[in-house]
Amino acid sequence: MAEIIQDIQEQEYIINMGPQHPSTHGVLRLVLSLRGETVLSVQPHCGYIHRGIEKMCERLTYQQIIHLTDRLDYLSAHINNHAVCMAVETALGIEIPERVKYIRTIMDELARIASHQLWWCSFGMDLGALTAFFYGLRDREPILDIFEESTGGRLIQSYYTPGGLMKDIHPDFQKRVKDYIIYFRKKIGEYDQLLSGNVIMNQRTQGIGKLTKEEAISFGVTGPSGRGSGFECDVRKHRPYGMYGKVEFKEILRSEGDAFARYMVRMDEMRESLNIIEQLIDNIPAGDFTVKMKPVIKLPEGEYYQRVEAARGEFGVFISSKGEKYPYRIKLRSPNFSNLSALHTMANGQKIADLVAIGASLDYVIPDIDR
Amino acid sequence: MEFNIYDFTSFTKWIDESLNAAMSPFWVMITEMAIIGVAILAFYALVGLFLVYAERKVCAFMQNRVGPNRVGPFGIFQTIADLLKLLMKELVYIKNADKLLFNIAPFIVITASFLAIAAIPFARGLHAIDFNIGIFYVVAVSSLGVIGILLAGWSSNSKYSLIGAMRSGAQIVSYELSVGLSLITMVVLAGSMQLSTIVEAQANGWFIFTGHVPAVIAFVIFLIASTAETNRGPFDLAEAESELTAGFHTEYSGIRFAFFFLAEYMNMFIVASIAATVFWGGWMPFHVPGWEGFNTVMDYIPPFIWYIGKTAVIIFILMLFKWTFPRLRIDQLLTLEWKYLLPINLFNVVLMAFIVLMGWHW
Amino acid sequence: MNNEQLTAKILSFEPSAEVKEGHQYLTATVASDKVHALAKNLRGSKDTNFDYLFCLTGMDYGDSLGVIYHLESTNLKHQLVIKTVCPDKEKPVLDTLCDIWRTTEFLEREVFDLFGINFNNHPDMRRIFLEEDWVGHPLRKDYSDNNIIVK
Repeated sequence: MAEIIQDIQEQEYIINMGPQHPSTHGVLRLVLSLRGETVLSVQPHCGYIHRGIEKMCERLTYQQIIHLTDRLDYLSAHINNHAVCMAVETALGIEIPERVKYIRTIMDELARIASHQLWWCSFGMDLGALTAFFYGLRDREPILDIFEESTGGRLIQSYYTPGGLMKDIHPDFQKRVKDYIIYFRKKIGEYDQLLSGNVIMNQRTQGIGKLTKEEAISFGVTGPSGRGSGFECDVRKHRPYGMYGKVEFKEILRSEGDAFARYMVRMDEMRESLNIIEQLIDNIPAGDFTVKMKPVIKLPEGEYYQRVEAARGEFGVFISSKGEKYPYRIKLRSPNFSNLSALHTMANGQKIADLVAIGASLDYVIPDIDR
Repeated sequence: MEFNIYDFTSFTKWIDESLNAAMSPFWVMITEMAIIGVAILAFYALVGLFLVYAERKVCAFMQNRVGPNRVGPFGIFQTIADLLKLLMKELVYIKNADKLLFNIAPFIVITASFLAIAAIPFARGLHAIDFNIGIFYVVAVSSLGVIGILLAGWSSNSKYSLIGAMRSGAQIVSYELSVGLSLITMVVLAGSMQLSTIVEAQANGWFIFTGHVPAVIAFVIFLIASTAETNRGPFDLAEAESELTAGFHTEYSGIRFAFFFLAEYMNMFIVASIAATVFWGGWMPFHVPGWEGFNTVMDYIPPFIWYIGKTAVIIFILMLFKWTFPRLRIDQLLTLEWKYLLPINLFNVVLMAFIVLMGWHW
Repeated sequence: MNNEQLTAKILSFEPSAEVKEGHQYLTATVASDKVHALAKNLRGSKDTNFDYLFCLTGMDYGDSLGVIYHLESTNLKHQLVIKTVCPDKEKPVLDTLCDIWRTTEFLEREVFDLFGINFNNHPDMRRIFLEEDWVGHPLRKDYSDNNIIVK
């Protein structure tokens, strides 16, 4: 009998979390081995929506590639496109108009806010606070309306193009964005009231999923998740692009490295994004919304890399060109993929419920992992 | 026979007497049981439908939504439509599931919630059976539900269900203690376990007011513990849809799922009834000693309305809990019970006993 | 550290490395068997301290396969690109850098999956996106698939 009990105690309970599971935010499969409720190991299995975007890009012109990078991290579609556009522009040596830089920066920040709002929704939901979901979506809707008005798209816009923008902004754009800043400054307080200060939420997240700064750097965990561990990885600050070199903003850093730190970084980043937009929105200079580009862009031979700060971390585009209208090779450095690699380290020895909280605090978007 | 909405005693007595005049005592008993069964069944269905609708409306109210609004005026027939849908759905059988236990589990859960209704006094004289150990009976039968949940998780042959069932077992068995102890505190105050006596004892003031601090503590603990016992958020770990998809009822479909669903709402109704009865005076109107005019006005409101109103308020509080708080983790849940609620509760019983002994309670 | 100092440093670690300044990054090309030692030195040395590998790219150069590492130092802020080529296209093999930068565990699995480059000493060398029984490595230039959508 004692042997049987010992045998049972040593056995691992293997469970498949996903590919269809409410808290994997898509088709990610995590194979967990458990002892009781304690997670012994997490094995991510990716690839359920691997579309081979990098391969497809080898047969597409640079203008067409934009429409695929949208679909990586669909919540920061603008930011992904920004990277591709800038990589092409640097390769060609084009100086884009100031107006474009302003608009791109504002759009990027709006996308970041919208993305963090959706993260906040799902964070609450993963912890079991269902009401949070609707508060976040309520405030995200006006941003999508602003996008729709100017770009024609709500989720994926394909608004940027090498050399500028597809279209000029809508005449109401500035007014609506300014209204939104005032609106959201008031509403973000509700987020804190509902979730940030909640005792249960604090207990569920503080000290959970610890990641030290060294581990974060080693795993390449970037974005709010990395900054929650104190990793100074904000590309906007350290390698400025667009208008980020000219605006004042703080790089939000916290040293705890737990799920709650990652939560607070994102909350503060939403406020910081509002500040950035506020500094830019009144000063959008007049001018062209794009430079005249040839219909077929041929990049000079060479290798180009562009880093941007997407909503979930550092997004990078590596283009290797042989002087043809198609890239020879495109590599997309997706933030979620690196962030996911640290999941096992964070979740090891925690409870299943903690794993869900950690996953929520990493905010993964599966199309970005699978590409 | 005079029908009086303030006192059903004469009405029920009239039924009993006319039945006795017509048939032998054995058949009277059978007929009365049938009448009560049908009445409770109808009541059960009605309350279930209404609570599901209410929950959806309350939840919508909290989430900036409208809630059901298409089927009938304000969507009041939405739950009926849902019920029809669930009735028509296929009952999926799980491969290698333990068929007998799998089928029996929803019935155990729903029967447990059914049994408890019998002892609840709805109004003066409207009471299926008035035990002298009413509270004890209610606590005992409502804890039977956990057997159904454990069976459901065990027999589903699903790993998620099993984890959900184990969580549920640990949770309900733990919180049973707090529910029991907080009720015992009030039994000490009332000096009786009979629910009708407890209600009568509150004629001059509800226990929550006359019982001093221990009654308030007991009430708060009862609310927390009963939320946990009914598996509702923030203690819905057994279902925990973001962790275990649907916990113990992951594999159930159609009307069997509906049984679990209905049982959850009925359990909520039962704990709210008990809380209203024991702490807020049940069907007893709100009286302030000495304010004769005020008390007369309060007496004009029928006891049944008082009872339903109090229960509704408590149900609303339970719904607010669910739609506001995140879910606890299993170890935090057990910590809360064993390290905080239980010691407080034990101390509270002693305190209450002391107050009663000193005679400070009236 | 500026590029000249970095060049000198790299050459002192690995004399056979070919260091040249690209239009964006300083690029060091090293033989495939020297990568691990050089990387270890670059990571370990206090004045280079490349602690952050931000991109790992598999490349098919047509006649050979290779890998490009993008490195950055988080405190010194300098950046470096290391390139390497596997000599044998039929059996491409490299040393894993998992022990230096843990992010490469997944990135190398991706390269293995899509390019077929094997990494020595990798703790878990399996395909990461495609199924285990997938034939071929899709990102290679000679990969052909009847169902390819973009031609």
